[in-house]
Amino acid sequence: MAAFIEQNFIPIGVHIKENPAGFGRFESVWTPTVLILDENGKERFRIEGYLPKDDFSAQLLMGLARVAVMKKQWGDAEKLFQQIIDKYPTASIAPAAVYWLGVSKYQRTHDHHALGNVVTELKQRYPESPWNKRAIPWAA
Amino acid sequence: MAVNWIKDIDSGLSKAKTEHKPILVDFSAAPA
Repeated sequence: MAAFIEQNFIPIGVHIKENPAGFGRFESVWTPTVLILDENGKERFRIEGYLPKDDFSAQLLMGLARVAVMKKQWGDAEKLFQQIIDKYPTASIAPAAVYWLGVSKYQRTHDHHALGNVVTELKQRYPESPWNKRAIPWAA
Repeated sequence: MAVNWIKDIDSGLSKAKTEHKPILVDFSAAPA
């Protein structure tokens, strides 16, 4: 985990009692809170509350993927969403990764089958997930 | 391996811009 963080992020640690202004600067209201910002300091993803290790790792990947999405780097985003699905298939955020993987593929290829496949995969792998409802418009 | 946390927010933001890397900000209230 530490190596992953060092490799992929500039890590900033803020203790809220030592630096209360820093806490307020990003409109944080609770700890633990983790923010993923892009290189220009724009917030792209927020994790609030404790998570087990695998869920947390999956959410860090989601943060990186969201950075790529907002830069419209669809190929990079696809790889990151796919990593979440492959490495952390039981993580709570995995169904969201399936959804956004389809969106990223569609944005890169403009092939509407990418969205239809999301409907099928969510139904098969995560039938209870609320992300199924978000994919309803893409059902054939 | 431990994470080498940067404590100064502005230094971290500048470093991210220079190195073209995303930033992870960890807010904690845990005893140091």
